[in-house]
Amino acid sequence: MSGKDTGYLNMELLRFTTAGSVDDGKSTLIGRLLYDSKAIFEDQMEAIERASARLGGEQVNLALLTDGLRAEREQGITIDVAYRYFATPKRKFIIADTPGHLQYTRNMVTGASTANAAIILIDARHGVLEQTRRHAYIASLLQIPHLIICVNKMDLVGYKQEVFEQISSDFDAVASKLSVKDVRFVPISALEGDNVVTRSEKMAWYQGPTLLYILENIHIGSDINRDDFRFPVQYVIRPQSKDWPDYRGYAGRVASGVVAVGDKVLVLPSGFTSSVKSIDLYKDSLQRAFAPQSLTITLEDDIDISRGDMIIKEVNGIPPRVEQNIDMMICWFNEKPMVPGGKYGLKHTTTEVRCVVKDVQYKMDINKLDKEFNDLTVRMNDIARISLRTTKPIFIDAYKTNRMTGSVILIDEGTNETVAAGMIL
Amino acid sequence: MDKYQINHLKELEAESIFVIREVAAQFENPVMLFSGGKDSIVMFYLALKAFYPAKVPFPLMHIDTGHNFQETLDYRDKLMESTGTKCIVRYVQDSIDKGRATEETGYNASRNKLQTVTLLDAIEELKFDAAMGGGRRDEEKARAKERFFSHRDEFGQWDPKNQRPELWNLFNGNKNMGEHFRVFPISNWTEMDVWQYIYMEDIELPSLYYTHQREVFERDGVIMATAPFMKLRENEKPKIMSVRCRTIGDITCTGLTLSTANSLEDIILEVASSRVTERGGRADDKRSDAAMEDRKKEGYF
Repeated sequence: MSGKDTGYLNMELLRFTTAGSVDDGKSTLIGRLLYDSKAIFEDQMEAIERASARLGGEQVNLALLTDGLRAEREQGITIDVAYRYFATPKRKFIIADTPGHLQYTRNMVTGASTANAAIILIDARHGVLEQTRRHAYIASLLQIPHLIICVNKMDLVGYKQEVFEQISSDFDAVASKLSVKDVRFVPISALEGDNVVTRSEKMAWYQGPTLLYILENIHIGSDINRDDFRFPVQYVIRPQSKDWPDYRGYAGRVASGVVAVGDKVLVLPSGFTSSVKSIDLYKDSLQRAFAPQSLTITLEDDIDISRGDMIIKEVNGIPPRVEQNIDMMICWFNEKPMVPGGKYGLKHTTTEVRCVVKDVQYKMDINKLDKEFNDLTVRMNDIARISLRTTKPIFIDAYKTNRMTGSVILIDEGTNETVAAGMIL
Repeated sequence: MDKYQINHLKELEAESIFVIREVAAQFENPVMLFSGGKDSIVMFYLALKAFYPAKVPFPLMHIDTGHNFQETLDYRDKLMESTGTKCIVRYVQDSIDKGRATEETGYNASRNKLQTVTLLDAIEELKFDAAMGGGRRDEEKARAKERFFSHRDEFGQWDPKNQRPELWNLFNGNKNMGEHFRVFPISNWTEMDVWQYIYMEDIELPSLYYTHQREVFERDGVIMATAPFMKLRENEKPKIMSVRCRTIGDITCTGLTLSTANSLEDIILEVASSRVTERGGRADDKRSDAAMEDRKKEGYF
């Protein structure tokens, strides 16, 4: 073991999501990643051996590792987002494992919201299907920076290069209609382990890296917006104690950009300006703050700031829009359809306001990637473009340029349920 | 790593601090559950960080089964005193005495499940609207589906099939009267992350986590501590061994590990090379494949 400042403590964190159905071998793929990277322990292995035997499977079913709830294990499906963890010497990984069927679009959207990368599984025997288009569309809608297309079950098509290449070019045709930046393709067999963690001997024609190598090496440093400093104030820290009679710190998580001690800042909505006096994290004083750090900022001037306000830089970068009429793409989560003209709670960064739905422009047919203008009732799992008006202005960016300040959730004021996710246009 | 990147532990820390501050901002009367185990110690340390130089703006609460290791209680009292934090203690024994809970009998009797009654009663009595716990998603497969903000109905129950979607950094703590939330700030940490973080930050732990000589016995392949309330079978003979705890629950369900690890470096190496999960020694999870899911639905931690 090496010292505290080097080596194993300095790993990066990569969050990725997996889209696909049980039939595509998604759970088997995750089981394979965990198994081959030695993240599965003996007692977990024993538990799934017991369960496999009881359910009458011949082989040990790696899929049973990820299907956590009793109903899922009995029905052999994944009905919710499950989070899985593994680490290699290079990176620590968080997998948001989501079901791929149409009725679970909302879960896929949820898993995608925090992901740096998405794995989209395609069954080599079936090629690009409607569900592939749906998964690609959601990855694009949620602006996942990196897409890894795994053409799975290569063992069932004789490991043929033509099959892989045909599917890759079919997918490229889909991707060209979407807003995805970084797409890579890997031919794999999750069941046999080809090109997942170890290179396949049966596909010598494939010169590219294995799936795990890609996950370990994708450059994620530029996934976050580093240009526009946004600091939504989360909590005001005022000890008012003998040792700290006048301390007034603004606690929060940097949403994007960088700020340094001495920088001139502007506070929204008041418009007051000041400069950064200190950046504190517990007993440490830092010189600069950047996303996604959680810290506390103190300012040179005593100005009135509370939760929901936003601190930005006075110069440099583009200021956020301060608006009440907002257009966005939404994914509807609730069994109760969206009420046209209905009022909802809206959460954005650390602010909560009320809003009214003004208009539905269109719904998206995410299997065909067509716009639907006739049936405008927004039901569970629908994706739609809407306009709404908030009770007071909020400080927003387009989701495309800033995932943290461009996202909202809508809340039913009666049941308090989260009924939609919104990506600001 | 780029200039503007932080390592995985710092990123997990930032996420957890955000969640803890969100609880303080969104709820009127939150509480942080504290067991004296390493996960709740790390969670409390993150709370200290989140509000420094102010004090933690909510109390802690310990649900005491009466079957605790004495080392855990000593550690708890010392920590509360040194940080000036209030810790409420509620006793499972009181729930049993009031007839609210029935003691299990037999050799594997445990008060683990009874804690749920005491916890729910305390939440109702003290009108807490959010209770933070040190649960981690990597611990157990039902926990893998748990949200950061987990809604509980007026009976304290969890409905795993009807959870609120949780996206980005947007946590919805809105609720109706009588309902409450369980919040899990260290959801995304693994056992290894917790140990590495304790090492990185030099956090003091109860002595139980390091190797020590203790009177123990073996049951179904698991090493357990002897105590006045532990009933031993004929063939179970107490003996002295060098052991340590990998996880701390109460004595009746905490399996001990044969170990010579007496530093955090040793423990990290031991965890890294271990081939069973930390819950492998927890008798409470072995009751059935869905043991944790069933307990969680009723309102367990």
